[in-house]
Amino acid sequence: MSKIATKATDVADGVAGTSMDTVELTPGIAARLGSIWSSDIVWSFRHSPVTIVAALVFTSLLLAAVFAPWISPYTPFDPASLNLMDGFTPPMSTGMGSGAMYWLGTDDQGRDVFSTILYGMRLSLFIGIAAVAFAAVVGVTLGLIAGYTGGWVDALIMRIADIQLTFPSIMVALLIFGIARGLTPPELRDQMAIWVLILSIGLSEWVQFARTVRGSAMVEVKKDYVQAARLLGRKPHHILRKHILPNVLGPVSVIATIYLALAIITEATLSFLGVGAPPTSPSLGTLISIGQDYLFSGEWWILLFPSLTLLALALSVNLLGDWLRDALNPKLQ
Amino acid sequence: MTAHTGATPAQSLLSVRDLIVEIPTRRGVLRPVDGVSFEIQAGEILGVVGESGAGKSITGAAIIRLLERPARIAGGSVHLAGRRIDTLDSDSLRRVRGGQIGTVFQDPSTSLDPLQRIGDQLAETARLHLGVSRSNARERALQALIDVGIPGAAERLDAYPHEFSGGMRQRVVIALALIGEPDLVIADEPTTALDVSVQAQVLGLLKNLCRERGTGVMLITHDMGVIAETTDRVAVLYAGRVAEVGPTPAVLTDAAHPYTRGLMASTPNPIPGDKHQRRLQQIPGSMPGLLSVPTGCAFHPRCEHTMAICSQRRPPSVPVRSSDVGCWLHSEVPET
Amino acid sequence: MIAYIIRRVLQGSVVLAVVGFIAFAMFRFMGNPIENMLGQEATRLDRAALAERLGLNDPVPVQYVKFLGKAVQGDFGVSYRNGVPVAEMIVQRLPATLELAFVSAVLAVFFGIVLGVFTAIRRDGVLANIVMSTSLIGVSLPTFLIGVLLIWVFAVELGWLPSFGRGETANLFGWESGLVTASGLKSMILPAITLGLYQMTLVMRLVRSEMLEVLRTDYIRFARARGLSDRAVNFGHALKNTLVPVITIIGMQVGQIAAFAIVTETVFQWPGVGLLFINSIQFVDIPVMAAYLLLVGVLFVTINLIVDLLYAVVDPRLRVT
Repeated sequence: MSKIATKATDVADGVAGTSMDTVELTPGIAARLGSIWSSDIVWSFRHSPVTIVAALVFTSLLLAAVFAPWISPYTPFDPASLNLMDGFTPPMSTGMGSGAMYWLGTDDQGRDVFSTILYGMRLSLFIGIAAVAFAAVVGVTLGLIAGYTGGWVDALIMRIADIQLTFPSIMVALLIFGIARGLTPPELRDQMAIWVLILSIGLSEWVQFARTVRGSAMVEVKKDYVQAARLLGRKPHHILRKHILPNVLGPVSVIATIYLALAIITEATLSFLGVGAPPTSPSLGTLISIGQDYLFSGEWWILLFPSLTLLALALSVNLLGDWLRDALNPKLQ
Repeated sequence: MTAHTGATPAQSLLSVRDLIVEIPTRRGVLRPVDGVSFEIQAGEILGVVGESGAGKSITGAAIIRLLERPARIAGGSVHLAGRRIDTLDSDSLRRVRGGQIGTVFQDPSTSLDPLQRIGDQLAETARLHLGVSRSNARERALQALIDVGIPGAAERLDAYPHEFSGGMRQRVVIALALIGEPDLVIADEPTTALDVSVQAQVLGLLKNLCRERGTGVMLITHDMGVIAETTDRVAVLYAGRVAEVGPTPAVLTDAAHPYTRGLMASTPNPIPGDKHQRRLQQIPGSMPGLLSVPTGCAFHPRCEHTMAICSQRRPPSVPVRSSDVGCWLHSEVPET
Repeated sequence: MIAYIIRRVLQGSVVLAVVGFIAFAMFRFMGNPIENMLGQEATRLDRAALAERLGLNDPVPVQYVKFLGKAVQGDFGVSYRNGVPVAEMIVQRLPATLELAFVSAVLAVFFGIVLGVFTAIRRDGVLANIVMSTSLIGVSLPTFLIGVLLIWVFAVELGWLPSFGRGETANLFGWESGLVTASGLKSMILPAITLGLYQMTLVMRLVRSEMLEVLRTDYIRFARARGLSDRAVNFGHALKNTLVPVITIIGMQVGQIAAFAIVTETVFQWPGVGLLFINSIQFVDIPVMAAYLLLVGVLFVTINLIVDLLYAVVDPRLRVT
């Protein structure tokens, strides 16, 4: 992951290089986004069929996840609607009990695989996006503070970041998960599992945001317009929000995309290991873990379809991240 | 067209004819080198001068086919000692590189493999081009270091590049360029990255070594002082084309092309010994980018002698006094 | 050079002290050790006695030092779950994890470098492009999914290889090894591929991008200008310059293998320390979690130290200072 890290920092340096001449000239977020979506990026998007396909796949998966309650033909987690006689129905067949049609078959409890995938993906995406958002907020905040304040605060934050970077993020996530689980009362553990997941994955990924933002903030702070704002007596949080934050949004968006794939994979892994989303509200990882139990008895569809969905999701996000990184960093082409 | 060199390609050491280099980009095909022609005679030092972006370095790289992708040779020919080298297969090309044409790059701090001892880098090149034994190659490497004036050469053979100063490192690069006993050296801004104090030493070294061995030199620079001190003849490039090529004293004192005259007028004391204080002038405007090269003569928007024809047709290269000049002031305007 | 080593060792010690403190804090403040060890029906006297014996009445810094002191001697306390000393559980399971990680690391580093160099040199080649596209799928495939799919194909459908466990082990000088028996080796294949594949893809992509960067440098152009053959340029000059900067990151990737061993061990029910750790999280078995954390901390600090030293050995620019 650290190579991605350095690349992202390169991007940060590139994008943060734009300077402002006067104090009054505060760049709006829209203008900033406008400069990110400059012609070069649009061009590289239009000329990369793989990226276009990845964007289409990701968009449809995202929409399917958002509208899962309306799209899915069954309500798989409502025990009242389940017919146990329908269990283990193969794909493209009708259930033995209800006579209903199941395109992708059913699992052991007669839950429609297609519907469980939609809901599972919904949960996976929610946790992934929330975890990255959490990581971004923590990372950007700490990075801004470190870069703006400097001194021992900076040293402390960056030393913590260094130590955390020594350990793989999945291990950090596991550990935070374990600690958080130890601190939650046993009866609340299943209920809290999803929030604990977001917390642990988020905390395992903040470092890169902080490093990048700190670098950009240190560059910006030295610039005349920030110094002028300081002399005019602006409060630090005002300077940070109005002047420095908009400059780091570009690189932050690249890191966020790349880390979304990582967060989705981490969540799936934790859930697969049985320390993530509980079986009562399964994510894609939980579904795959359930599917593995039926491999030897021949019910392959319970495993295959969630696996393919996870692969499509992770692959499309990775491709989009790769494209965004290369498009913002022409040096790499 | 080659009236004053008086030599055919077969007789010149290096003959570049109508060389075109193209870089395909998504905004269109760029031509950083657009029909460049010149000759270098055996033992002669040719200066190639021009602003940055005029195509000097790319011309040098194109001669040994060391263009960086996606740049490519799109036309013209290059002959070395009568043999065409721009169409050689890669094996023969490798024997030309280093064996017949040595190269000196601009920045000595990045020209040497940082992880290999310089003695090994020298010996590697010597064995390749001279076909000598391992121990003989080491002797050659030592001699090469002595020739370029590295103090304590015997011990320095086993040193790594980072253990040398900038000037010493460029001496090592010159030793590497010359160890294959080439007939021609292409030196691309060999002193630009060096401290001013050692620039003259390194340039003098290169000049003397090549004079002693009768090696021709293509010296790429933007420094008119270097041109005046070192070269026999000079080619002035503008926007990928040769504006003027001729004997150095003639071009410096009596340029025929308006661009060359402007260049001289904007350079303080290019001619050694010229104590005459002149008022520095500058050429209005700047050299066009490769995306917007003007039609006809590329210099016409900045030229004080512009005529109607200048924006319509490219001027041919014609002999003027002792030089060859591409300017409508000196050729007959065709009737059309 | 000496100063450099000392600085590195000191930095490593700081990391270990922090990791040790987290482990201690977990051990001391999460849950109630006395409840966990004695259960509901213990008397107040028993509790007080145990608290005294465990040193829970000492000041916290004293407890921390004692904790570290015990850990150094290999005493990590007793598992809440089955009452066995944690050190014993770890020692028993460590060989399985180390063998798996070693085989995977060798696979990942060897094939990663070979394929990375290949795809960099044949940048526009058809085969190189196929390898690159496949590698992106490899990066997007979570380790556990690779494992499950391999089991499906090679254990369930083809029936060639076992899907779980280590097979037979033999005792080599007190080390239970699975690398010396036929069934042990067969059992190793799928887990080692599973664990190594992801790291191999990362190493390959890293080596490729680094090598492409090196191939663009002036000294490589200069080597070509000296007339060196592609072979001499690629393998004589570019390769070494590529590998020196990636040693650090490859070292960390090897460290990552230890982390991902948790996942692989779960998929293949491999009886190593990773599986132990996952079970300890499920059952909130804090002494095991704390011990595992310390173990991994020592492992990573050691790997980083070795990598730093290796770096200094191969790069002459660092050797002088």
